[in-house]
Amino acid sequence: MRGAPRRLTRTEARSARAASGFLLPFLALFLLCFVAPIGYALYESLLKVERTGPLGLGGETRQVWAGLSNYAHALEDDRFTAGFGRVLLFGAVQIPVMIAFATGLALLLDAASARWVGFFRTAFFLPYGVPGVIASILWGFLYVPGISPLVEMAGSVGWDVDFLGRGAVLWSIANIVTWQFTGYNMLVLIAQLKAVPGELYEAARIDGASAWQVARHIKLPLIRPALVLTTVFSLIGTLQLFAEPKVLKPLSNSIDSGYTPNLAAYNEAFTSNNQHIAAAEAVLLAVVACVLSFGFLRLVGQRGKDGESG
Amino acid sequence: MNEANDLAGGVVAGEPGDGPGDRAGSGAAPGRAPEAAPPGTRPGAGRRRAAKGREGPEPPLRHRIITASLLTVAALYFLTPVYWLVVSSTKSSSDLFGTFGFWFHDPHPLDYLHRVLTYDDGIYARWFANSLMYAGVGALAATLLSAAAGYALAKYRFPGREGIFNVILAGVLIPGTALALPLYLLFSEIGLANTYWAVLIPSVVSPFGVYLCRIYAAAAVPDSLLEAARIDGAGEARIFSTLGLRLMTPALVTVFLFQFVHIWNNFFLPLVMLSDSDLYPIQLGLTSWQGYADRQPELYQYTVGGAFLSVLPLMVLMGVLQRYWRTGLTEGSVKA
Repeated sequence: MRGAPRRLTRTEARSARAASGFLLPFLALFLLCFVAPIGYALYESLLKVERTGPLGLGGETRQVWAGLSNYAHALEDDRFTAGFGRVLLFGAVQIPVMIAFATGLALLLDAASARWVGFFRTAFFLPYGVPGVIASILWGFLYVPGISPLVEMAGSVGWDVDFLGRGAVLWSIANIVTWQFTGYNMLVLIAQLKAVPGELYEAARIDGASAWQVARHIKLPLIRPALVLTTVFSLIGTLQLFAEPKVLKPLSNSIDSGYTPNLAAYNEAFTSNNQHIAAAEAVLLAVVACVLSFGFLRLVGQRGKDGESG
Repeated sequence: MNEANDLAGGVVAGEPGDGPGDRAGSGAAPGRAPEAAPPGTRPGAGRRRAAKGREGPEPPLRHRIITASLLTVAALYFLTPVYWLVVSSTKSSSDLFGTFGFWFHDPHPLDYLHRVLTYDDGIYARWFANSLMYAGVGALAATLLSAAAGYALAKYRFPGREGIFNVILAGVLIPGTALALPLYLLFSEIGLANTYWAVLIPSVVSPFGVYLCRIYAAAAVPDSLLEAARIDGAGEARIFSTLGLRLMTPALVTVFLFQFVHIWNNFFLPLVMLSDSDLYPIQLGLTSWQGYADRQPELYQYTVGGAFLSVLPLMVLMGVLQRYWRTGLTEGSVKA
């Protein structure tokens, strides 16, 4: 606190007083619901339960310092790390497919003649209004042999599909997520496309550019910020994958209790009653999410800058 | 916090990136063209016509056919599950298994929906009311809190302002489910777990809402107006509630709608927090039915019917939302 502390002017003081009145309610709840849980998770993840009874059975339990052993336990748990690998694989495939799909639809709608555009846009966006759980229940019925008309139709042409088998179920989940969020991402991209000044297209057309060239060389580069944003949000969503595998779990033997990191942490806390390891897993999940999304933003940020200078 | 700044400056701020961000963004930048719409429907349609005109002459027939068929295939993909849900909500459990899923068989829609609503002393209606309460009250409170905080961050200068904003922004990137588990542990310590508050309190905190409100307030609430009100002797709270809130209305509607959908769709938080089925929102209730359906086959039908009913209100909201996004864009651009 050395160095002359700058004194607040009177308007600044008044302003700070009023601002704190407006900010405090939000900040208090933000502290409670964002900062405190992170702190609490960090704290819990560094403790473990020790039983004092004979052979460590029964008797009193008390919490003791565990250092990083919970983290070590989580990282040595093959199921947990496999779950991480699984969502990363999921993200590496599903996010590009979904974003490409959404971009394609946005460009098509942008180029289509106006009559049916409203209908299609609404139809594509509709699944966003179906909560993840309901979407999973819904698609679950469409995957299960016996109920699913899709399986029945495939079977009638001699194609034996198993949507819930070991190899397929991850992609069946990817389909649910794609179904739900493509329309939302498409709408975000359309909003950005509409922000492009019309003269740009005019100029390109006068220069003789085809519709395809306009899309490729003008529209795509201009919606880049929206593409980055939707990708980051998809990334965060993917790491949190939970509702879909949880709902499909009773239908498929291929989904185990650690199928995704979130499912692992949930089961650790509520099935195995081991909240300290669950806390460590939650912290690991948050760290990976932040590293990946910041890393991605930095990567595209740098490339954007290179592009500008080049 | 540099990255958070990058996110604000490079990706989101001022760029019509995300839907709501876009609303705010176009409030800031009057030069942006709104979305094409049938001309002449609203004031300001001239700008729309200009936007529409940029497509120029009709594309060749071949292109139009390809475009239309691609769009139709996509529409089939998105609508088929919804169609299946509508058809299946009119079937009994045994017909669900025994008949072809994409066509009606002995439909009794009202009868089956009535059974959904009356099963187990009408627990479904209670879940529905719970969902409405969580989403409605939660979104309203979240909107007001975000408005006040965003307004403060946009319209006052005070030490630590940017630091606070960056911390809030970082909150946008933290996965909600990573927070829910420790929050549950925390809430159990203080006796809040398994109460309405356990779901409501976390639902009213929307860092993204604060972000939007700040951007929007910075653009749509002129300092000169606030100064004039101060000279007239109005207090800060009064200025905010009469001037600030009114000028920020378009952003507030966006925050409300988004938070409503977010809370309505949230599954992990109530799942973690609630054990008393009387407090369940619909999603949680339906998964519990689905879980018992093996033992009690009629629950298959109730799950399908309940899913159908639960989807209706949000479908309507989606229609409103995507329409609002378009008209709202225009209003924002006229205002600024």
